[in-house]
Amino acid sequence: MKRLLPRLLMAPAVLTLLMWMVVPLVMTIYFSLIRYNLMQPEETGFAGLENFEYFLTDPSFSVAVVNTLLLLGSVIVITVLLGMVVALLIDAPFPGRGLARLLLISPFFVMPTVNALLWKHMMMNPIYGVLAQVWMFFGAQPVDWLTNFPLLSVIIMVAWQWLPFATLIFMTALQSMNREQIEAARMDGATYLQQLRYLYLPHLGRSVAVVVMIELIFLLSVFAEIFTTTGGGPGDASTNVAFLIFKQALLNFDAGVASAGALFAVLLANIAAAFLIRLVGKNLDK
Amino acid sequence: MARPIPFSYSLLLRTVVAWITTLVLFFPLGWLVLTAFKTELQAISVPPLWWFNPTLDNFTEVQERSDYLLYAKNSVVTSVVSTLLGLALAAPAAYSMAFFKGKRTKDILMWMLSTKMMPAVGSLVPIYVLAQRAELLDTQLGLIIIFTLSNLPIMVWMLYSQFKEIPHEILEAARMDGATLWQEFYRVLLPLAVGGMASTGLLCLVLSWNEAFWSLNLSSAKAGTLATLIASYSSPEGLFWAKLSAASLMAIAPIVVFGWFSQKQLVQGLTFGAVK
Repeated sequence: MKRLLPRLLMAPAVLTLLMWMVVPLVMTIYFSLIRYNLMQPEETGFAGLENFEYFLTDPSFSVAVVNTLLLLGSVIVITVLLGMVVALLIDAPFPGRGLARLLLISPFFVMPTVNALLWKHMMMNPIYGVLAQVWMFFGAQPVDWLTNFPLLSVIIMVAWQWLPFATLIFMTALQSMNREQIEAARMDGATYLQQLRYLYLPHLGRSVAVVVMIELIFLLSVFAEIFTTTGGGPGDASTNVAFLIFKQALLNFDAGVASAGALFAVLLANIAAAFLIRLVGKNLDK
Repeated sequence: MARPIPFSYSLLLRTVVAWITTLVLFFPLGWLVLTAFKTELQAISVPPLWWFNPTLDNFTEVQERSDYLLYAKNSVVTSVVSTLLGLALAAPAAYSMAFFKGKRTKDILMWMLSTKMMPAVGSLVPIYVLAQRAELLDTQLGLIIIFTLSNLPIMVWMLYSQFKEIPHEILEAARMDGATLWQEFYRVLLPLAVGGMASTGLLCLVLSWNEAFWSLNLSSAKAGTLATLIASYSSPEGLFWAKLSAASLMAIAPIVVFGWFSQKQLVQGLTFGAVK
């Protein structure tokens, strides 16, 4: 009884998750080994490793891997650094702080498709977009963001969306700082930079781990921002692994190759998870 | 909170810098709101218009042209039901992990989180095929199942980290006093856990409302959520900025306002109890 009850309580969640993981995985492995193109139903049969070969030797593939890592890395770096700056900036009271806080966190609740279209049209449009107007105001040639800097554009959109999240977490962490300690440091003549280096930053260590962990989970599979703006292009310039698999599956109708790609994505996820466990295991263990 | 802050030049400087930062970061969203109330011509005027006679035409037109209410209803139903379902599955599991911690509890938790790392696109083909066979494509039920499953790991983890904070002694005391399992759960645990459940539920509501991958791929005209509706404005109607803005505003306003009111609880949950 003592052992049975906890297991019974855990069973529904564990079993459904297990199914959610194992069934698609087994099907993916199966699809990846057969010829399965939705447009050529007459071509069937065992394909061996053809699909893998096709996916891995596709020139788009290495580009997509690099793009995925670039996107992930830059968004994490931008949000952590800027998030800290913003959180420190609004940590101490100032007039209208409550309102500023609300405005600052708002982008986090904006759905990715809205975020993408908002930036694509109203901010980054080379003629009517706000950024173009700002560029022109300063006498510079407006930039066609999505054509010339597609990946950077996606990075900006995603970072804008995730910055409030990082800010929120850091803000919460700062509120639990030991105020007396800071006061004492100031009395002893510590400059702001010294306070930052020896008091604030060490205190934020755990929250950086949390931010990196959660962003890692969500940013490995950025999709809607690319789908609604650049469509992965021009060429493969803004295609990440998630979007490449999508292209194979739904635009080329090749479920076999898409499945081979999916298995690669699973591998990538596992590498990230291993990294995560080392990172989080250290920081969240109490 | 409303205590007056003594004036100093450093405060003035800080206030100005903080507000400029805030306004720059908020600007895209603020601009979206402004554009939603412009005419199409005003929306693309050069230089951009700051003052104009607001119009509500865009909102009525969005409703007429693309049946906003249908998509809104789909969003509400799928996110609320999947959140409740997720809580029902996750709470017992988290309870069991927090109060009957075993040797493998930690491994199970990590495994759960690692399933969340798997990009959704990795299981797109099989899930699509399964949904097609089960005739769940473009149905609310299909989306509800997917949302529940994809949020489940995060929910278990969040609830676990919050249940962990509840002192075991209270439950033991109740047990000593002869409380049945149900009473222990209903009278003692639930009141203590309700905050954690709320923050977990809130976050999942936001995640489901904004979910775009599965709703874009598995739903369209019948069960499409607001995220799908907005994506349909991508092209060729993308150039009607005022209407696009109105539709976007209608899609995000409910959840943004909701987020404003619940931000404290949300953060508590999101930090996984690691940040106080």
